[in-house]
Formats: sequence, structure tokens, C-alpha cells
Amino acid sequence: MQQKLDSKKYSALRKAKWIPYIYLSPFIVLFIIFGLYPMLFSAWISLHSWELGSPFHQMEWLGLTNFEYVLTDEWFYHALYNTLWLSLAAGIPQHLVALPLAALLFRMTSQKRHILLCFYFLPFITSSVAISLVFGSLFSRDFGLLNQLLAGLHDLELAGIQPLSWLFPEQAIDWQDSSHIRWVIAFVVFWRYVGWNTLLYLSAMKTIPSELFDAARLDGAGFWQQLRYVTLPMLRPMILLALTLSIIGNFQLFEEPFILTAGTGGSGQAGQTLAMYLYATAFSEGDFATASATAWLLFIILFTLCNLIRRINQKDYL
Amino acid sequence: MSHIKNLKLTHWLIGSMIWLGAVLMVLPFWFMLVFATHNEQTIFSVPPPFLFGDALGENIQQLLSRLPYFWHNLSNSFYIAVVTTILNLFLCSLAGSAFALYHFKGKKILFSLVISTMLLPAFLNMIPNALIIAMFGWFNEPKALYIPAACGAFGVFLMRQFIEQAVPNEVIEAARLDGCSEWELYRYIVLPLIKPALVTLALLTFIASWNNFMAPLVVLHDMESYTLPLALRALQGVGVVPWGAICAGSAIAVMPLIILFIFTSHHLIGRLNQSYLK
Repeated sequence: MQQKLDSKKYSALRKAKWIPYIYLSPFIVLFIIFGLYPMLFSAWISLHSWELGSPFHQMEWLGLTNFEYVLTDEWFYHALYNTLWLSLAAGIPQHLVALPLAALLFRMTSQKRHILLCFYFLPFITSSVAISLVFGSLFSRDFGLLNQLLAGLHDLELAGIQPLSWLFPEQAIDWQDSSHIRWVIAFVVFWRYVGWNTLLYLSAMKTIPSELFDAARLDGAGFWQQLRYVTLPMLRPMILLALTLSIIGNFQLFEEPFILTAGTGGSGQAGQTLAMYLYATAFSEGDFATASATAWLLFIILFTLCNLIRRINQKDYL
Repeated sequence: MSHIKNLKLTHWLIGSMIWLGAVLMVLPFWFMLVFATHNEQTIFSVPPPFLFGDALGENIQQLLSRLPYFWHNLSNSFYIAVVTTILNLFLCSLAGSAFALYHFKGKKILFSLVISTMLLPAFLNMIPNALIIAMFGWFNEPKALYIPAACGAFGVFLMRQFIEQAVPNEVIEAARLDGCSEWELYRYIVLPLIKPALVTLALLTFIASWNNFMAPLVVLHDMESYTLPLALRALQGVGVVPWGAICAGSAIAVMPLIILFIFTSHHLIGRLNQSYLK
């Protein structure tokens, strides 16, 4: 009997050796078909001339010509500039608001905190397309809500004078023109992700031992001093993670600018990001080879940036 | 004395600023709902409407005349999101069990593969993915969306973290000694223990799939096969943009998630809080 059980257990264990591979096989197969193979393929075609639909034997070896082409295309730099600009204009305020906000929420009762967090988090879970469309109407030139608000403030009369007329524009602002569209996009992106960053910071704050705050309070530290000397140093790993996630996310900005500029990039391409440039090259011009080269360039830039942040972290600059 | 008064005032000021910010966060949603119930004339009146009107039916009619397949698109979105979610729940929990419960050759390499896939930017995959889908001849078909996304790396990661924490080794060993097969182990011990994580994964997958824009943009080309975000984007086409119809369509795309969020916010926010700390 004992022997029988043992042999049964043994065979079960032998079978168990294969189990993890079986369990992982869907992931591995999907990764190879939809991850690895396409990536290698895109690296391969980025070195050739090839358009969608043309047969493979017409592929022509070009070496690095596609990369050269992208790197000398002024629109690439234009899109790179826009992307960087948006990353900073949307990214920096996000973190400057999210960190103190998280610190303030942290001190509230959990019920109040939860309600507020829900409010701030709501934009993050909703469809960026739908929400960008709504913002498009709020920011429209002739009857948009924002312009009406500005006009109202401009015309506001108190005792016969218009005290705010110097501060607010007289004419309706064309938010779609090249000098404003980036601000609109940055605002929408800020609005969408500030709650997400707040959540990240808040979750990290919960891991800080409360004795540290107690000690700081005993030493007479106020809110801002606690933020500066307790919260910030303890949050360093999370700040770096959140910044890295922001950079990765902002470099891929696509949906918000795409919808807010109606897919065109806006007048003078002022709202065109790198991801949009990539999309336009591939699907409007059908030039998959150049687009693949762009994707790899973008990847290299992103990879470098993320590594830079890690370096900074290791060297203790912060 | 005045110092304390000052402190109270700042406290009050900061508190009200936080609430004001919270209101600003949801204000666009409010106007989306309000505009969805107004026609062109009332939306463009000065001052604009702040409360509901009675033109919802009119707007929906206009929406349907611009997007004849709108209900189709809605059901496409729903179908794709549900299938993606079910596939992810099953496949990710299996893969997560493999990482959490077994020792095997290549475990480390495979897990670092999961992590790097998770961090890989989506655009890098956009073009090659379109090529693969073209090769398979899957353009305009829902499976072009749910099969590539059937076992997301983030889901595998989440499951592995949770199983390691929620399923004690002793339980597994005891079950094996009692003659539990590996499949039964997964089905009757692991799955019931990781229910909370499954709920989280289901919510996240459903939301991501429902909102997804880039992937369907590349692989769905016929109006009839569109998902909701693509259909909404098609509203931006030529001619005058009917704001009322756009807001009505957006509201239909956004409201299911808001309602879902209201009921699951405790779970979702609490869980997201934890998953990034590991």
C-alpha cells in the first residue's frame, strides 16, 4: 500500500515538472507570435525599403538609410520637440500637484480621503477618446465654455467699471491655433493623470512608519517641514518610479493629441507627437519601413531616458 | 492667538482648494451629461446651460444618423472587453500559478521576460502587430484584438504576486499529499484563494479593453467592426460637428465605466495601492 502511494506520488511529481511549462505556454506562445516575432520583423524591415501590400521579394536592403532619413526629417524633430514640451508641461505640474495632494489626503480620515481620491481618479479610468472629444467642445473657439467664461470675466461689471478687463482677453481665443493647442493637450493630460500619481504617492506614504511623523511633530515640524524632511526622503523610490512611468507614458502620448487635433496634428503640426508621427508615416503614407525605424529610434530615446533616471537615483543626486 | 487663527484659516483654505480641485476633476463629466441633453441652439446660448435639457432623444437620433452602426459598435466593444477579460483571468492565473507554486528551469528568465514586456512601450508593437494581423487575415475581426491581448504581462505579474502571498506552501503540500492532482490544486485551492485579485484583474482588463483606441485603430477599418472609441472618433469627420450628439455618444462610452467604478472603487483603489509596492 505504502509503495503504491509512493509510486503514485512519484509519478505526480514527474508530471508536475511539466505543469509550469504547460501553464505558461499560452503566455509564451502569444509573446512569440505577437511580441517577439513582430519586433524582430520590424527591426528587419527598418533596414529595408518596403511598403504595406507589396510582396516580400521586392524588399530592398537599405542598411541604415531609413534611420538617416528620419534623423534628417525636420518633422521628426518637430514631433520630438512637441513630445518633450508636452512631457514637461503635463508631467511637471502632475507631480507638483500630486505629491502635496497625497500628503494632504494622507492626513484626512479614510472615508473623506476615499471620496476625494475617487474624484481625482475618475478621469484616469474613462475613455481618453470620449473625454478628449468633450474637451474639444469645451475649448471650441466660438461657443466653447471656457471662452464664454473668459468673456464673462472680461465683461464683468462692478459699479460701472470692468475691474478684470485688463486680465482677460477681449477676443475669443482660438484654442486650436498653433500657439494654444499644446497647452490644451497638456491640460487634458494633466487632468487625466494627476489622480493616478496621487494614488501612487499615497500608497507609498502608507508604508512610512508613523513613528517618524510622530517624532517630527514632537520636534515641532509643521506640515511643510514634515513633507520636506520625512515624506520626501522616504518617498524617493516611489518618486523615481512615478517619474519613470510618467516619462514612458508621456513619450507615447497619442490619443489625447490625436483627438484634440482631429487626427491632423493641428495647424502647423503644433500638436503632433512622436507616436502620431509614427502613425502618420505608417498608415497615411504606407511607409512601414521608415515608421519601423522611427519606432526603434523612439525606443532608444526612451530607454536612454529611463536609464538616466536610474543613474541619477544611484548617484544620489536627489 | 492670531497665530492659531492664521493656522486655522490656512487649514480651511487648503481644504477648500482640495474640494474645489475635486469638483474641477468631475466638472467635464457634468457638462458632457448636460450637453448630451441639449440641442445646438441651447448649447450655444449665452450663458451655456448648466442643467439638463430635453433634447437627449434628438441627439441620439443625430448620433445614429451619423453612425448607423452605433449599437453594433457598442456591442463590439462589450464583446471584445468581456472575451479579453475572461481569457486574461484564466490564462494569467495559470501563468501566475506556474511562477508562484513551482520551481522549474528557466523560471528567472521567463519572469524577467514578463517584466520587460510589461514595460515595453505600446507604439513599438503598433506596426509589427498590424503586419501580423494582416498576415493572419484578421483585419476587422474581434479576435484581432482579444487574441493578442489574451494573456497580458501585467496580469501575470499581478497574479504571481498575489498567489505567492495568498497561497501558503503548507496548504499546497498538504493537498498534494492527499492526492490532489495539479489541476485540482489550481481549480479548488488556488482559484478560490485569489478571488480578490481576480476581481481586480477583471476590472483593470475590462477598463483597458473598453477604452483601447490605438490597437483597434490599426486593425479595424470597416465602420461595422469599429469599437466605441473608433466610432466616436469618426464623428470628428467632415462638416459641422454636432456637439450634442458627440456628448451623447461620449456619455454612452463613459457612463458604464463610471457606474462600474462607483461600485468597485474601494476594491480597485485599495488593490492598486498595494500592487505597486512590491
